[in-house]
Amino acid sequence: MSAAAGAVNPVYDVEAVRADFPILSTEVHGKPLCFLDSGASAQKPKQVIDLMRWHYENEYANVHRGAYAYSENITGAYEAAREKVRAFLNAPSERNIVFCSNTTAAINLVAYSFGRGCMKEGDEVIISDMEHHSNIVPWQLLRDMMGIVLKVAPITDDGELRMDAFRDLLTDRTKLVAITHVSNVLGSVTPAKQIVDAAHQAGAKVLFDGSQAVMHMPIDVQDLDCDFYAFTGHKLYGPSGIGVLYGKEDVLDAMPPFFGGGDMISTVAYEGSTWAELPAKFEAGTPPIVQAIGLGAAIDYVTGVGLDGIAMHEADLLQYATQRLSAIDGLRIYGTAGHKAAVISFTMGDAHPHDIATIVDREGVCVRAGHHCAEPLMHRFGVTGTTRASFGMYNTRAEVDTLANALEKVKRIFG
Amino acid sequence: MTMTVDELVESFEFFDDWEDRYAYVIDLGKKLPPMPESEMVEENKVRGCMSQVWLVCEKDVAAAPPVLRFRANSDAFIVKGLIAILLELYDGQTPAFILETDALDVMGRIGLDQHLSPNRRNGLVAMVERIKKIAAEAN
Repeated sequence: MSAAAGAVNPVYDVEAVRADFPILSTEVHGKPLCFLDSGASAQKPKQVIDLMRWHYENEYANVHRGAYAYSENITGAYEAAREKVRAFLNAPSERNIVFCSNTTAAINLVAYSFGRGCMKEGDEVIISDMEHHSNIVPWQLLRDMMGIVLKVAPITDDGELRMDAFRDLLTDRTKLVAITHVSNVLGSVTPAKQIVDAAHQAGAKVLFDGSQAVMHMPIDVQDLDCDFYAFTGHKLYGPSGIGVLYGKEDVLDAMPPFFGGGDMISTVAYEGSTWAELPAKFEAGTPPIVQAIGLGAAIDYVTGVGLDGIAMHEADLLQYATQRLSAIDGLRIYGTAGHKAAVISFTMGDAHPHDIATIVDREGVCVRAGHHCAEPLMHRFGVTGTTRASFGMYNTRAEVDTLANALEKVKRIFG
Repeated sequence: MTMTVDELVESFEFFDDWEDRYAYVIDLGKKLPPMPESEMVEENKVRGCMSQVWLVCEKDVAAAPPVLRFRANSDAFIVKGLIAILLELYDGQTPAFILETDALDVMGRIGLDQHLSPNRRNGLVAMVERIKKIAAEAN
Protein backbone atom coordinates (compact mmCIF):
# COMPACT_ATOMS: atom_id res chain seq x y z
CA MET A 1 0.00 0.00 0.00
CA SER A 2 1.19 3.46 -0.81
CA ALA A 3 1.60 6.34 1.55
CA ALA A 4 -1.64 7.77 0.20
CA ALA A 5 -3.59 4.61 0.77
CA GLY A 6 -2.36 4.34 4.33
CA ALA A 7 -2.63 8.03 5.13
CA VAL A 8 -3.84 8.93 8.59
CA ASN A 9 -3.52 12.63 7.94
CA PRO A 10 -6.99 14.04 7.41
CA VAL A 11 -5.57 16.35 4.74
CA TYR A 12 -5.84 14.68 1.36
CA ASP A 13 -2.38 13.98 -0.03
CA VAL A 14 -2.94 14.30 -3.78
CA GLU A 15 0.78 14.13 -4.56
CA ALA A 16 1.03 10.72 -2.89
CA VAL A 17 -1.98 9.58 -4.93
CA ARG A 18 -0.40 10.89 -8.14
CA ALA A 19 2.80 9.01 -7.39
CA ASP A 20 0.80 5.77 -7.58
CA PHE A 21 -0.31 6.44 -11.19
CA PRO A 22 2.69 5.88 -13.49
CA ILE A 23 1.05 7.50 -16.52
CA LEU A 24 0.70 10.84 -14.74
CA SER A 25 4.42 11.47 -15.02
CA THR A 26 4.40 11.12 -18.81
CA GLU A 27 4.36 13.96 -21.34
CA VAL A 28 2.24 14.63 -24.41
CA HIS A 29 3.39 17.07 -27.12
CA GLY A 30 6.27 17.88 -24.77
CA LYS A 31 3.90 19.01 -22.01
CA PRO A 32 3.09 17.22 -18.75
CA LEU A 33 -0.03 15.09 -19.14
CA CYS A 34 -3.05 16.94 -17.77
CA PHE A 35 -5.67 14.23 -17.80
CA LEU A 36 -9.17 15.64 -17.41
CA ASP A 37 -11.12 12.84 -19.08
CA SER A 38 -11.49 10.37 -16.24
CA GLY A 39 -15.23 10.39 -16.83
CA ALA A 40 -14.55 8.56 -20.09
CA SER A 41 -12.01 6.21 -18.56
CA ALA A 42 -9.78 6.70 -15.55
CA GLN A 43 -6.06 6.02 -15.29
CA LYS A 44 -4.84 3.05 -13.28
CA PRO A 45 -2.67 2.99 -10.14
CA LYS A 46 0.35 0.69 -10.10
CA GLN A 47 -1.38 -1.45 -7.47
CA VAL A 48 -3.92 -2.50 -10.13
CA ILE A 49 -1.39 -2.84 -12.94
CA ASP A 50 1.08 -4.79 -10.80
CA LEU A 51 -1.47 -7.25 -9.45
CA MET A 52 -2.88 -8.00 -12.90
CA ARG A 53 0.62 -8.47 -14.28
CA TRP A 54 1.54 -10.66 -11.32
CA HIS A 55 -1.37 -12.98 -12.04
CA TYR A 56 -0.53 -13.32 -15.71
CA GLU A 57 3.12 -13.98 -14.86
CA ASN A 58 2.72 -16.17 -11.81
CA GLU A 59 -0.72 -17.59 -11.30
CA TYR A 60 -3.22 -17.86 -14.10
CA ALA A 61 -5.78 -20.48 -15.14
CA ASN A 62 -9.50 -20.61 -15.78
CA VAL A 63 -11.82 -20.24 -12.81
CA HIS A 64 -14.41 -22.65 -11.37
CA ARG A 65 -13.05 -25.56 -13.41
CA GLY A 66 -9.71 -27.04 -12.51
CA ALA A 67 -8.82 -29.26 -9.57
CA TYR A 68 -5.23 -28.08 -9.68
CA ALA A 69 -3.63 -25.45 -7.51
CA TYR A 70 -3.44 -22.55 -9.98
CA SER A 71 -7.10 -22.87 -10.92
CA GLU A 72 -8.16 -23.13 -7.31
CA ASN A 73 -6.00 -20.17 -6.32
CA ILE A 74 -7.21 -17.89 -9.05
CA THR A 75 -10.80 -18.93 -8.40
CA GLY A 76 -10.16 -17.80 -4.84
CA ALA A 77 -8.76 -14.49 -6.04
CA TYR A 78 -11.68 -14.01 -8.46
CA GLU A 79 -14.26 -14.70 -5.77
CA ALA A 80 -12.35 -12.51 -3.32
CA ALA A 81 -12.80 -9.68 -5.84
CA ARG A 82 -16.54 -10.32 -5.74
CA GLU A 83 -16.45 -10.02 -1.96
CA LYS A 84 -14.61 -6.69 -2.34
CA VAL A 85 -17.36 -5.44 -4.66
CA ARG A 86 -19.99 -6.64 -2.20
CA ALA A 87 -18.35 -4.74 0.66
CA PHE A 88 -17.81 -1.70 -1.60
CA LEU A 89 -21.55 -1.46 -2.29
CA ASN A 90 -22.55 -2.80 1.13
CA ALA A 91 -24.60 -5.49 -0.60
CA PRO A 92 -26.05 -8.18 1.67
CA SER A 93 -24.41 -11.10 -0.09
CA GLU A 94 -22.04 -12.08 -2.88
CA ARG A 95 -25.09 -13.63 -4.53
CA ASN A 96 -26.15 -10.06 -5.33
CA ILE A 97 -22.99 -9.32 -7.31
CA VAL A 98 -23.03 -10.30 -11.00
CA PHE A 99 -19.84 -9.67 -12.96
CA CYS A 100 -20.31 -8.52 -16.53
CA SER A 101 -18.16 -6.63 -19.01
CA ASN A 102 -19.25 -3.05 -18.28
CA THR A 103 -22.25 -0.90 -17.34
CA THR A 104 -23.72 -1.22 -20.82
CA ALA A 105 -23.69 -5.00 -20.48
CA ALA A 106 -25.25 -4.74 -17.01
CA ILE A 107 -28.11 -2.57 -18.25
CA ASN A 108 -28.67 -4.80 -21.27
CA LEU A 109 -28.77 -7.79 -18.94
CA VAL A 110 -31.59 -6.14 -17.00
CA ALA A 111 -33.38 -5.11 -20.21
CA TYR A 112 -33.26 -8.58 -21.73
CA SER A 113 -33.67 -10.66 -18.61
CA PHE A 114 -35.90 -8.59 -16.32
CA GLY A 115 -37.57 -6.95 -19.32
CA ARG A 116 -38.47 -10.12 -21.16
CA GLY A 117 -38.98 -12.26 -18.08
CA CYS A 118 -40.86 -9.91 -15.79
CA MET A 119 -42.57 -7.35 -18.05
CA LYS A 120 -45.49 -7.47 -20.47
CA GLU A 121 -46.66 -5.41 -23.42
CA GLY A 122 -47.89 -2.04 -22.18
CA ASP A 123 -45.70 -2.07 -19.07
CA GLU A 124 -43.63 1.06 -18.60
CA VAL A 125 -39.97 1.93 -18.11
CA ILE A 126 -39.09 5.45 -16.98
CA ILE A 127 -35.72 6.98 -17.77
CA SER A 128 -34.62 10.61 -17.44
CA ASP A 129 -33.69 13.28 -19.97
CA MET A 130 -30.00 13.04 -19.01
CA GLU A 131 -29.22 9.42 -19.75
CA HIS A 132 -26.23 7.99 -21.54
CA HIS A 133 -27.17 6.14 -24.73
CA SER A 134 -26.49 2.89 -22.87
CA ASN A 135 -29.48 3.63 -20.65
CA ILE A 136 -31.72 4.67 -23.56
CA VAL A 137 -31.13 2.26 -26.42
CA PRO A 138 -31.62 -1.04 -24.51
CA TRP A 139 -35.10 0.17 -23.52
CA GLN A 140 -35.88 1.24 -27.08
CA LEU A 141 -34.90 -2.22 -28.26
CA LEU A 142 -37.14 -3.73 -25.58
CA ARG A 143 -39.96 -1.41 -26.64
CA ASP A 144 -39.60 -2.49 -30.26
CA MET A 145 -39.32 -6.13 -29.26
CA MET A 146 -42.27 -6.42 -26.90
CA GLY A 147 -44.25 -3.22 -26.90
CA ILE A 148 -43.31 -1.75 -23.57
CA VAL A 149 -43.78 2.00 -23.09
CA LEU A 150 -40.69 4.18 -22.62
CA LYS A 151 -41.23 7.39 -20.67
CA VAL A 152 -38.72 10.19 -20.14
CA ALA A 153 -38.65 12.26 -16.95
CA PRO A 154 -37.70 15.89 -17.68
CA ILE A 155 -34.92 17.90 -16.05
CA THR A 156 -34.57 21.57 -15.13
CA ASP A 157 -32.27 24.01 -16.93
CA ASP A 158 -29.81 23.47 -14.08
CA GLY A 159 -29.77 19.77 -14.87
CA GLU A 160 -31.78 18.50 -11.93
CA LEU A 161 -34.38 15.79 -12.22
CA ARG A 162 -37.87 17.29 -11.94
CA MET A 163 -39.20 15.14 -9.11
CA ASP A 164 -42.77 16.44 -9.48
CA ALA A 165 -42.88 15.51 -13.16
CA PHE A 166 -41.16 12.22 -12.42
CA ARG A 167 -43.81 11.31 -9.83
CA ASP A 168 -46.53 12.19 -12.35
CA LEU A 169 -45.11 9.66 -14.80
CA LEU A 170 -45.37 6.76 -12.35
CA THR A 171 -48.42 4.54 -12.85
CA ASP A 172 -49.43 1.04 -11.86
CA ARG A 173 -48.00 -0.10 -15.20
CA THR A 174 -44.53 1.24 -14.35
CA LYS A 175 -42.32 -1.78 -13.79
CA LEU A 176 -38.91 -0.17 -13.84
CA VAL A 177 -37.28 3.20 -13.28
CA ALA A 178 -33.82 3.24 -14.89
CA ILE A 179 -31.99 6.45 -14.08
CA THR A 180 -28.46 7.70 -13.86
CA HIS A 181 -27.03 8.28 -10.39
CA VAL A 182 -24.64 10.93 -11.73
CA SER A 183 -25.04 12.51 -15.18
CA ASN A 184 -21.97 11.91 -17.36
CA VAL A 185 -22.46 15.30 -19.04
CA LEU A 186 -23.89 17.58 -16.36
CA GLY A 187 -22.44 15.98 -13.25
CA SER A 188 -25.83 16.21 -11.54
CA VAL A 189 -26.30 13.77 -8.68
CA THR A 190 -29.88 12.51 -8.82
CA PRO A 191 -31.91 12.25 -5.57
CA ALA A 192 -31.58 8.47 -5.44
CA LYS A 193 -33.46 7.79 -2.23
CA GLN A 194 -36.41 9.96 -3.25
CA ILE A 195 -36.52 8.22 -6.61
CA VAL A 196 -36.54 4.81 -4.95
CA ASP A 197 -39.24 5.83 -2.45
CA ALA A 198 -41.53 7.17 -5.16
CA ALA A 199 -40.92 4.23 -7.49
CA HIS A 200 -41.45 1.61 -4.80
CA GLN A 201 -44.69 3.26 -3.75
CA ALA A 202 -45.86 2.79 -7.32
CA GLY A 203 -44.68 -0.82 -7.29
CA ALA A 204 -41.79 -0.23 -9.70
CA LYS A 205 -38.23 -1.51 -9.40
CA VAL A 206 -35.29 0.89 -9.65
CA LEU A 207 -32.04 0.56 -11.59
CA PHE A 208 -29.29 3.12 -11.10
CA ASP A 209 -26.61 3.66 -13.72
CA GLY A 210 -23.72 4.25 -11.33
CA SER A 211 -20.99 4.54 -13.99
CA GLN A 212 -20.24 8.13 -13.05
CA ALA A 213 -21.01 7.81 -9.34
CA VAL A 214 -18.95 5.03 -7.75
CA MET A 215 -15.62 6.81 -8.10
CA HIS A 216 -16.91 10.02 -6.56
CA MET A 217 -18.86 8.96 -3.45
CA PRO A 218 -19.50 6.00 -1.15
CA ILE A 219 -22.44 3.86 -2.32
CA ASP A 220 -24.65 1.82 0.01
CA VAL A 221 -27.20 -0.17 -1.99
CA GLN A 222 -29.06 -1.26 1.14
CA ASP A 223 -29.41 2.30 2.32
CA LEU A 224 -30.54 3.38 -1.17
CA ASP A 225 -32.85 0.33 -1.27
CA CYS A 226 -32.49 0.21 -5.08
CA ASP A 227 -33.23 -3.04 -6.88
CA PHE A 228 -30.32 -2.82 -9.34
CA TYR A 229 -27.10 -0.84 -9.36
CA ALA A 230 -24.74 -0.98 -12.35
CA PHE A 231 -21.19 0.29 -12.70
CA THR A 232 -18.00 -0.32 -14.65
CA GLY A 233 -14.45 -1.00 -13.52
CA HIS A 234 -12.51 1.19 -15.89
CA LYS A 235 -13.94 4.46 -14.57
CA LEU A 236 -13.13 3.34 -11.02
CA TYR A 237 -9.36 3.21 -11.71
CA GLY A 238 -9.66 -0.47 -12.58
CA PRO A 239 -9.31 -2.27 -15.91
CA SER A 240 -11.73 -2.20 -18.80
CA GLY A 241 -13.73 -5.33 -19.59
CA ILE A 242 -15.19 -5.75 -16.11
CA GLY A 243 -18.45 -4.32 -14.82
CA VAL A 244 -20.89 -5.09 -12.06
CA LEU A 245 -24.60 -5.54 -11.77
CA TYR A 246 -25.89 -5.51 -8.22
CA GLY A 247 -29.40 -6.93 -7.90
CA LYS A 248 -31.64 -7.74 -4.97
CA GLU A 249 -31.72 -11.49 -4.52
CA ASP A 250 -35.47 -12.01 -4.96
CA VAL A 251 -35.42 -9.86 -8.10
CA LEU A 252 -32.46 -11.72 -9.61
CA ASP A 253 -34.04 -15.05 -8.66
CA ALA A 254 -37.20 -14.18 -10.57
CA MET A 255 -35.26 -13.31 -13.72
CA PRO A 256 -34.50 -15.85 -16.46
CA PRO A 257 -30.90 -16.17 -17.68
CA PHE A 258 -29.80 -13.82 -20.46
CA PHE A 259 -26.69 -15.48 -21.89
CA GLY A 260 -26.59 -19.26 -22.03
CA GLY A 261 -23.39 -21.26 -21.88
CA GLY A 262 -20.86 -22.81 -19.57
CA ASP A 263 -20.75 -22.00 -15.86
CA MET A 264 -24.37 -20.76 -15.70
CA ILE A 265 -26.00 -24.17 -15.67
CA SER A 266 -26.69 -26.76 -13.04
CA THR A 267 -27.51 -29.60 -15.42
CA VAL A 268 -27.70 -29.73 -19.20
CA ALA A 269 -29.71 -32.26 -21.21
CA TYR A 270 -31.15 -31.90 -24.72
CA GLU A 271 -34.67 -31.96 -23.26
CA GLY A 272 -33.89 -29.01 -21.02
CA SER A 273 -31.34 -27.55 -18.64
CA THR A 274 -31.45 -26.17 -15.13
CA TRP A 275 -29.72 -23.05 -13.99
CA ALA A 276 -26.92 -22.49 -11.57
CA GLU A 277 -27.43 -20.55 -8.36
CA LEU A 278 -26.86 -16.80 -8.20
CA PRO A 279 -24.74 -15.12 -9.35
CA ALA A 280 -23.42 -17.86 -11.69
CA LYS A 281 -26.81 -18.00 -13.45
CA PHE A 282 -25.91 -14.70 -15.14
CA GLU A 283 -22.23 -15.40 -15.78
CA ALA A 284 -22.08 -17.66 -18.82
CA GLY A 285 -18.70 -18.50 -20.29
CA THR A 286 -15.21 -17.70 -19.10
CA PRO A 287 -15.45 -14.39 -17.27
CA PRO A 288 -12.94 -11.52 -17.40
CA ILE A 289 -10.86 -13.19 -14.69
CA VAL A 290 -7.85 -10.98 -14.20
CA GLN A 291 -9.98 -7.90 -14.90
CA ALA A 292 -12.22 -8.82 -11.96
CA ILE A 293 -9.14 -9.25 -9.78
CA GLY A 294 -7.91 -5.87 -11.05
CA LEU A 295 -11.23 -4.31 -10.12
CA GLY A 296 -10.78 -5.75 -6.62
CA ALA A 297 -7.38 -4.05 -6.43
CA ALA A 298 -8.90 -0.76 -7.62
CA ILE A 299 -11.56 -1.00 -4.92
CA ASP A 300 -8.85 -1.68 -2.33
CA TYR A 301 -7.03 1.38 -3.62
CA VAL A 302 -9.91 3.87 -3.52
CA THR A 303 -11.22 2.59 -0.21
CA GLY A 304 -7.65 2.71 1.15
CA VAL A 305 -7.40 6.37 0.20
CA GLY A 306 -10.98 6.85 1.37
CA LEU A 307 -13.98 7.83 -0.74
CA ASP A 308 -14.96 10.56 1.72
CA GLY A 309 -11.54 12.16 1.28
CA ILE A 310 -11.74 11.74 -2.49
CA ALA A 311 -15.20 13.35 -2.52
CA MET A 312 -13.93 16.34 -0.51
CA HIS A 313 -10.88 16.73 -2.74
CA GLU A 314 -12.99 16.60 -5.89
CA ALA A 315 -15.56 19.02 -4.46
CA ASP A 316 -12.72 21.51 -4.00
CA LEU A 317 -11.54 20.92 -7.59
CA LEU A 318 -15.08 21.37 -8.91
CA GLN A 319 -15.58 24.58 -7.00
CA TYR A 320 -12.19 25.95 -8.12
CA ALA A 321 -12.67 24.87 -11.75
CA THR A 322 -16.18 26.34 -11.86
CA GLN A 323 -14.78 29.63 -10.60
CA ARG A 324 -11.80 29.66 -13.03
CA LEU A 325 -13.84 28.64 -16.07
CA SER A 326 -16.75 30.97 -15.32
CA ALA A 327 -14.30 33.87 -15.45
CA ILE A 328 -13.50 33.11 -19.11
CA ASP A 329 -15.42 35.44 -21.36
CA GLY A 330 -17.96 33.63 -23.52
CA LEU A 331 -17.68 30.33 -21.67
CA ARG A 332 -21.00 28.76 -20.70
CA ILE A 333 -21.26 25.87 -18.26
CA TYR A 334 -23.99 23.24 -18.75
CA GLY A 335 -25.08 21.61 -15.53
CA THR A 336 -25.39 23.80 -12.47
CA ALA A 337 -27.22 21.44 -10.14
CA GLY A 338 -26.87 22.03 -6.43
CA HIS A 339 -25.43 18.55 -5.92
CA LYS A 340 -22.80 17.84 -8.56
CA ALA A 341 -19.90 15.49 -9.11
CA ALA A 342 -16.63 16.89 -10.48
CA VAL A 343 -17.69 17.17 -14.12
CA ILE A 344 -17.85 20.41 -16.10
CA SER A 345 -19.40 20.59 -19.57
CA PHE A 346 -19.10 23.86 -21.42
CA THR A 347 -19.23 25.68 -24.71
CA MET A 348 -17.09 28.68 -25.65
CA GLY A 349 -18.32 31.23 -28.15
CA ASP A 350 -18.03 30.07 -31.75
CA ALA A 351 -15.30 27.55 -31.09
CA HIS A 352 -16.58 24.03 -31.71
CA PRO A 353 -15.91 21.50 -28.92
CA HIS A 354 -13.77 19.60 -31.39
CA ASP A 355 -11.69 22.75 -32.01
CA ILE A 356 -11.32 23.32 -28.28
CA ALA A 357 -10.23 19.74 -27.59
CA THR A 358 -7.73 19.88 -30.48
CA ILE A 359 -6.11 23.09 -29.23
CA VAL A 360 -5.92 22.17 -25.55
CA ASP A 361 -4.48 18.78 -26.54
CA ARG A 362 -1.38 20.66 -27.70
CA GLU A 363 -1.03 21.92 -24.11
CA GLY A 364 -1.18 18.36 -22.80
CA VAL A 365 -4.80 18.71 -21.69
CA CYS A 366 -7.11 15.75 -22.37
CA VAL A 367 -10.80 16.64 -22.47
CA ARG A 368 -13.78 15.05 -24.15
CA ALA A 369 -15.59 16.77 -27.01
CA GLY A 370 -18.86 15.87 -28.65
CA HIS A 371 -22.27 14.63 -27.65
CA HIS A 372 -20.89 12.38 -24.88
CA CYS A 373 -23.19 9.54 -25.97
CA ALA A 374 -26.12 11.63 -24.75
CA GLU A 375 -27.65 13.09 -27.91
CA PRO A 376 -31.14 13.65 -26.46
CA LEU A 377 -29.57 15.70 -23.66
CA MET A 378 -27.68 17.77 -26.25
CA HIS A 379 -31.02 18.45 -27.98
CA ARG A 380 -32.51 19.40 -24.61
CA PHE A 381 -29.92 22.17 -24.32
CA GLY A 382 -29.96 23.07 -28.02
CA VAL A 383 -26.32 22.24 -28.71
CA THR A 384 -24.69 19.65 -30.97
CA GLY A 385 -21.97 19.02 -28.44
CA THR A 386 -19.99 20.35 -25.51
CA THR A 387 -16.46 20.10 -24.20
CA ARG A 388 -16.22 18.19 -20.94
CA ALA A 389 -13.56 18.25 -18.25
CA SER A 390 -14.03 15.47 -15.72
CA PHE A 391 -11.90 15.26 -12.61
CA GLY A 392 -10.60 12.30 -10.67
CA MET A 393 -8.87 11.56 -7.39
CA TYR A 394 -5.46 12.47 -8.86
CA ASN A 395 -6.23 15.87 -10.37
CA THR A 396 -4.96 19.11 -8.88
CA ARG A 397 -5.80 22.80 -8.76
CA ALA A 398 -2.66 23.36 -10.84
CA GLU A 399 -4.24 21.23 -13.59
CA VAL A 400 -7.36 23.38 -13.42
CA ASP A 401 -5.04 26.35 -14.05
CA THR A 402 -3.46 24.51 -17.00
CA LEU A 403 -6.94 23.98 -18.46
CA ALA A 404 -7.98 27.59 -17.90
CA ASN A 405 -4.75 28.86 -19.51
CA ALA A 406 -5.20 26.51 -22.46
CA LEU A 407 -8.75 27.82 -22.90
CA GLU A 408 -7.41 31.37 -22.94
CA LYS A 409 -5.19 30.23 -25.81
CA VAL A 410 -8.27 28.84 -27.58
CA LYS A 411 -9.83 32.27 -27.21
CA ARG A 412 -6.79 33.95 -28.72
CA ILE A 413 -6.74 31.55 -31.68
CA PHE A 414 -10.43 31.80 -32.43
CA GLY A 415 -10.58 35.49 -31.65
CA MET B 1 -8.21 26.93 -55.62
CA THR B 2 -5.30 25.66 -57.60
CA MET B 3 -2.37 25.24 -55.27
CA THR B 4 -0.15 22.34 -56.15
CA VAL B 5 0.81 19.88 -53.48
CA ASP B 6 4.29 21.37 -53.34
CA GLU B 7 2.96 24.91 -53.00
CA LEU B 8 0.68 23.79 -50.21
CA VAL B 9 3.52 22.08 -48.37
CA GLU B 10 5.68 25.16 -48.90
CA SER B 11 3.05 27.47 -47.46
CA PHE B 12 3.20 25.53 -44.22
CA GLU B 13 6.97 25.63 -43.96
CA PHE B 14 6.89 29.19 -42.65
CA PHE B 15 5.42 28.09 -39.36
CA ASP B 16 7.59 26.60 -36.72
CA ASP B 17 5.09 26.40 -33.92
CA TRP B 18 1.83 24.54 -33.84
CA GLU B 19 -0.18 27.57 -32.78
CA ASP B 20 0.65 29.46 -35.99
CA ARG B 21 0.05 26.33 -38.04
CA TYR B 22 -3.42 25.93 -36.56
CA ALA B 23 -4.15 29.63 -36.95
CA TYR B 24 -3.31 29.24 -40.66
CA VAL B 25 -5.52 26.15 -40.94
CA ILE B 26 -8.39 28.05 -39.32
CA ASP B 27 -7.79 30.93 -41.76
CA LEU B 28 -7.96 28.56 -44.71
CA GLY B 29 -11.26 27.28 -43.31
CA LYS B 30 -12.67 30.79 -43.11
CA LYS B 31 -11.83 31.30 -46.80
CA LEU B 32 -13.57 28.09 -47.83
CA PRO B 33 -16.41 29.02 -50.25
CA PRO B 34 -19.68 28.94 -48.31
CA MET B 35 -21.84 25.87 -48.68
CA PRO B 36 -25.52 26.60 -49.27
CA GLU B 37 -27.71 25.75 -46.26
CA SER B 38 -29.78 23.57 -48.56
CA GLU B 39 -26.80 21.28 -49.06
CA MET B 40 -26.00 20.96 -45.35
CA VAL B 41 -28.49 18.15 -44.94
CA GLU B 42 -28.46 14.64 -43.62
CA GLU B 43 -27.89 12.96 -46.99
CA ASN B 44 -24.71 14.96 -47.60
CA LYS B 45 -23.35 14.29 -44.14
CA VAL B 46 -20.16 12.34 -43.80
CA ARG B 47 -20.16 10.06 -40.79
CA GLY B 48 -18.20 11.72 -38.02
CA CYS B 49 -18.17 11.49 -34.27
CA MET B 50 -16.97 14.76 -32.79
CA SER B 51 -17.96 17.26 -35.47
CA GLN B 52 -20.24 17.40 -38.49
CA VAL B 53 -18.95 17.30 -42.06
CA TRP B 54 -20.98 17.76 -45.25
CA LEU B 55 -19.72 16.99 -48.76
CA VAL B 56 -21.23 17.49 -52.21
CA CYS B 57 -19.61 16.49 -55.51
CA GLU B 58 -20.38 17.40 -59.12
CA LYS B 59 -18.74 16.08 -62.24
CA ASP B 60 -17.69 18.89 -64.56
CA VAL B 61 -17.98 17.31 -68.03
CA ALA B 62 -17.43 20.66 -69.79
CA ALA B 63 -13.81 20.50 -68.75
CA ALA B 64 -11.40 18.48 -70.81
CA PRO B 65 -10.62 16.05 -69.39
CA PRO B 66 -13.67 15.97 -67.07
CA VAL B 67 -12.93 16.90 -63.47
CA LEU B 68 -14.70 16.62 -60.13
CA ARG B 69 -15.83 19.68 -58.22
CA PHE B 70 -16.41 19.50 -54.49
CA ARG B 71 -18.14 21.66 -51.93
CA ALA B 72 -17.78 20.85 -48.25
CA ASN B 73 -18.23 22.32 -44.81
CA SER B 74 -17.95 21.53 -41.12
CA ASP B 75 -19.23 23.10 -37.93
CA ALA B 76 -15.74 22.93 -36.40
CA PHE B 77 -13.19 25.53 -37.48
CA ILE B 78 -10.14 23.30 -37.53
CA VAL B 79 -11.97 20.58 -39.43
CA LYS B 80 -13.16 23.24 -41.88
CA GLY B 81 -9.55 24.30 -42.40
CA LEU B 82 -8.48 20.72 -42.97
CA ILE B 83 -11.33 20.40 -45.48
CA ALA B 84 -10.00 23.49 -47.26
CA ILE B 85 -6.62 21.75 -47.55
CA LEU B 86 -8.24 18.58 -48.89
CA LEU B 87 -10.16 20.63 -51.43
CA GLU B 88 -6.93 22.39 -52.46
CA LEU B 89 -5.72 18.91 -53.27
CA TYR B 90 -8.78 17.41 -54.89
CA ASP B 91 -11.19 20.08 -56.11
CA GLY B 92 -11.20 20.49 -59.88
CA GLN B 93 -8.95 17.48 -60.40
CA THR B 94 -9.48 14.46 -62.59
CA PRO B 95 -10.64 11.22 -61.00
CA ALA B 96 -7.32 9.63 -61.95
CA PHE B 97 -5.35 12.36 -60.15
CA ILE B 98 -7.57 12.06 -57.07
CA LEU B 99 -7.08 8.32 -56.94
CA GLU B 100 -3.30 8.57 -57.09
CA THR B 101 -2.94 11.45 -54.61
CA ASP B 102 -2.52 10.26 -51.03
CA ALA B 103 -4.01 12.80 -48.61
CA LEU B 104 -2.35 11.21 -45.61
CA ASP B 105 1.06 11.63 -47.23
CA VAL B 106 0.40 15.32 -47.94
CA MET B 107 -0.97 15.89 -44.42
CA GLY B 108 2.17 14.24 -43.10
CA ARG B 109 4.34 16.63 -45.07
CA ILE B 110 2.59 19.60 -43.50
CA GLY B 111 2.58 18.09 -40.03
CA LEU B 112 -1.16 17.55 -39.74
CA ASP B 113 -1.33 13.82 -40.37
CA GLN B 114 -2.60 13.11 -36.85
CA HIS B 115 -5.97 14.38 -38.08
CA LEU B 116 -6.16 11.74 -40.77
CA SER B 117 -5.06 8.73 -38.77
CA PRO B 118 -7.68 6.00 -39.15
CA ASN B 119 -8.55 6.01 -35.45
CA ARG B 120 -9.68 9.65 -35.52
CA ARG B 121 -13.41 9.56 -35.87
CA ASN B 122 -13.74 13.16 -36.93
CA GLY B 123 -15.29 12.71 -40.31
CA LEU B 124 -12.18 13.69 -42.24
CA VAL B 125 -11.02 10.16 -42.83
CA ALA B 126 -14.53 9.29 -43.97
CA MET B 127 -14.52 12.37 -46.20
CA VAL B 128 -11.33 11.28 -47.95
CA GLU B 129 -12.80 7.80 -48.36
CA ARG B 130 -15.93 9.26 -49.91
CA ILE B 131 -13.92 11.48 -52.28
CA LYS B 132 -11.90 8.44 -53.37
CA LYS B 133 -15.06 6.39 -53.87
CA ILE B 134 -16.64 9.11 -56.01
CA ALA B 135 -13.41 9.36 -58.02
CA ALA B 136 -13.29 5.59 -58.50
CA GLU B 137 -16.88 5.57 -59.75
CA ALA B 138 -16.20 8.48 -62.12
CA ASN B 139 -12.94 7.07 -63.41
